[in-house]
Amino acid sequence: MSKSNFTRRGVLKTGAVAGAGLTLPTYLRAQDSGFTNAPTGDTVTLGFNVPQSGPYADEGADELRAYELAVEHLNGEGDGGMLNTFSSQALDGTGIMGKKVEYVTGDTQTKSDAARASARSMIEKDGAVMITGGSSSGVAVAVQALCQEAGIIFMAGLTHSNDTTGKDRKANGFRHFFNSYMSGAALAPVLASEYGTDRKAYHLTADYNWGYTTEEAVRSSTEAMGWETVNAVKTPLTQTDFSSYISPVLNSGADVLVLNHYGGNMVNSLTNAVQFGLREAEANGKNFEIVVPLYSRLMASGAGANVKGIYGSTNWHWSLQDEGSQAFVRSFGEKYGFPPSQAAHTCYVQTLLYADAVTRAGSFAPCAVGEALEGFEFDGLGNGPTLYRAEDHQCFKDVLVVRGKENPQSEFDLLEVVEVTPVDQVTYAPDHPQMGGADATLGTCNNGA
Amino acid sequence: MLGLKKTDTTLFLVVMGLTLLAPFILNPFPVESGMAQFNAGYPDLMQRFVIFGIFAIGFNILFGLTGYLSFGHAAFLGVGSYAAIWSLKLFALDVVPAIVFAILVAGAFAMLVGFISLRRSGIYFSILTLAFAQMSYALAYSVLTPLTGGETGLQIKNTDSPLLSNVPEGEIGRASFLGLDMGASQELVLGGWAFTFNLGYYIAAVAMLIAFYLSIRIFRSPFGMMLRAVKSNQQRMNYTGLSPKPYTLAAFVISGMYAGLAGGLMVAMDTQVGPERMFWTASGEVVIMTVLGGAGTLLGPVLGAGFIKYFENIISKINKDILHQWFAVLPDGFEDVMVSLVYPFVGKGWHLTLGIMFMLVIIFLPGGLLQGGQKILGLFRRKPQPSAAAEADGTKPAE
Repeated sequence: MSKSNFTRRGVLKTGAVAGAGLTLPTYLRAQDSGFTNAPTGDTVTLGFNVPQSGPYADEGADELRAYELAVEHLNGEGDGGMLNTFSSQALDGTGIMGKKVEYVTGDTQTKSDAARASARSMIEKDGAVMITGGSSSGVAVAVQALCQEAGIIFMAGLTHSNDTTGKDRKANGFRHFFNSYMSGAALAPVLASEYGTDRKAYHLTADYNWGYTTEEAVRSSTEAMGWETVNAVKTPLTQTDFSSYISPVLNSGADVLVLNHYGGNMVNSLTNAVQFGLREAEANGKNFEIVVPLYSRLMASGAGANVKGIYGSTNWHWSLQDEGSQAFVRSFGEKYGFPPSQAAHTCYVQTLLYADAVTRAGSFAPCAVGEALEGFEFDGLGNGPTLYRAEDHQCFKDVLVVRGKENPQSEFDLLEVVEVTPVDQVTYAPDHPQMGGADATLGTCNNGA
Repeated sequence: MLGLKKTDTTLFLVVMGLTLLAPFILNPFPVESGMAQFNAGYPDLMQRFVIFGIFAIGFNILFGLTGYLSFGHAAFLGVGSYAAIWSLKLFALDVVPAIVFAILVAGAFAMLVGFISLRRSGIYFSILTLAFAQMSYALAYSVLTPLTGGETGLQIKNTDSPLLSNVPEGEIGRASFLGLDMGASQELVLGGWAFTFNLGYYIAAVAMLIAFYLSIRIFRSPFGMMLRAVKSNQQRMNYTGLSPKPYTLAAFVISGMYAGLAGGLMVAMDTQVGPERMFWTASGEVVIMTVLGGAGTLLGPVLGAGFIKYFENIISKINKDILHQWFAVLPDGFEDVMVSLVYPFVGKGWHLTLGIMFMLVIIFLPGGLLQGGQKILGLFRRKPQPSAAAEADGTKPAE
């Protein structure tokens, strides 16, 4: 088909088609609301982006349960849960600003690429006005950056790395969950009073971003108490057998082992450590101890009896006796038959906080919602009085130091709260070196188009 | 046209038509209808279709022609992505230099990996490439964190100021093409239908058309013939006095550059890179795409890529609520039964559905989806001569 023949008719035809094509844009719809995905009609769509497959699928499933519960409560179904105990009474169970809440779900697969693809499809196809969820800091940071770019609010789910509201903080992103720094700051005093101030610590750290920030946080707060760090060894994330990492610990001169591991990693490394007899061992004339900075009930049930007596920190625990926690545990338990995890709690709370901020701002526009959340002080959501700090969009609240229970009453009753570390003790300056220093800024909020 | 034979020209024009009209073809259902769930015509997925199409076309040049099964192709995609994001961060926010840089770096890396891996063939070659890819993944995940951002990956930050672009203080730079934002979209509303035309998609689409054209030329060239010779009998080739090494290495590098192009485009569309892009499952995915569509065929890999990405993005988003809506017309008990029957296959069960489809295709259509298409066409043809037609089209499936 190398023959080309320009006929007069052909040229005219092409010209007409091209002309029609050029006039097309005048029929195209413009976003006249001033921000991306402004809800039209009587519904509003939220995007729940959680890991449904991969290593954190358990957390993801629990998060999704919490979101469904939150949507029910926002729409005025069920018993209302924490809506009744929330200090801000702007929400009345008629959806958000009178619009019924609908939702779409996606699978992050705990991969930033897949998470972003799923979030983009929620934004571009389903018209979601807010994205929330996730169970890994890598995913949270990636999706947060995407939402910033697209002009959507991101309410982080379970993400514990300092970076999410530290060096990677974004104006459109908000985190209710606590972080590595807070874990370290809350744990150190308890450890010092339990184990003394002249301990020598050995760190095993999951070899990725969250592991680094957690190790750094625990190290600097324990060293400030007088501890010494003997060694810090990085372990591959995909490692399942930690015996080769545990065996050198006993001869290293250390008397405390800190496991900066999460999920399956922590279950395996802790089990290995206990099998190696570290709990019974003595070093430097003291009992050998193990510490797990970030605890969750799902992990504790994986590690079984090995968690007994081991200290760690957690964002929230279902056994808390305040009104908000009890209301949440009650409605969650009635619907699903077991108590919620801390991942479920933070996701539920984030959804309510978003809905409340929209209602108080009177608009779904991200900048207005952001303004309503910044510096917002609230109570009744399970963690006591809490502040959404304006400088980095991090929630500041009391942190729980927990210990594996010696005599669990049920399969869910695995952790006991040892101490509630007051918020002042875990507060840091927004330009703290662990949080990216002075370079870290939120940037400007983005309403999209 | 353009030095192509008539059948190839037709194929190319069909692909061109499909790609350019994709926003219409992929959005067959009105926005408000229940079937809108199955619409795939939104920018992100359309971009993924063509980008993974490019990736699979490139992989097919190596696997389909020479028969060398590389199990580490995602490494080139990842290396290309990292190269592109650094170009956007440091050099210019324009995507063209980023993509060119991605292709070059991936090509150079492929040269290195190919030089070592191609000393062996068969399963040993596959294992070597797999080892390289896993090594790259591990390096990117932790050891090279300053260069790759580790688990969190790399994004454009508000502290980045590329050499050639002016970004206002505190603003986050966006990837652009000649000053136009890659995310720029126009929406066309016709009755109940909405069609989105996205600049990024069209840039990726043009890149895919070029890549597809080059692949046709390679398939039809004497060089392509040599690659086929490597596949059919390498020993005989050796005895005739021809060394297969330069040919296989060239094919490997070309295919690595295709992967680099795909990686560069991924960054151009969505300015973020994470190491899991190089994980071995990502390498496996492109093998599955190619085999599913039809290895050794021109169009097959693109079809396979589209098929898998559709499942990953559309089927995985069907949740229980949507199922209940679908079966709402049925009586209550029956509705629950239907939902619990279907639910394991959608939502998080999309892997299961995809696996079943893959098995069915491999068992009944060893030539991939393309063979299925040919069989269906064969039913309507007056004189069914499938073997002769396939020979002439050059669409003979790989064995």
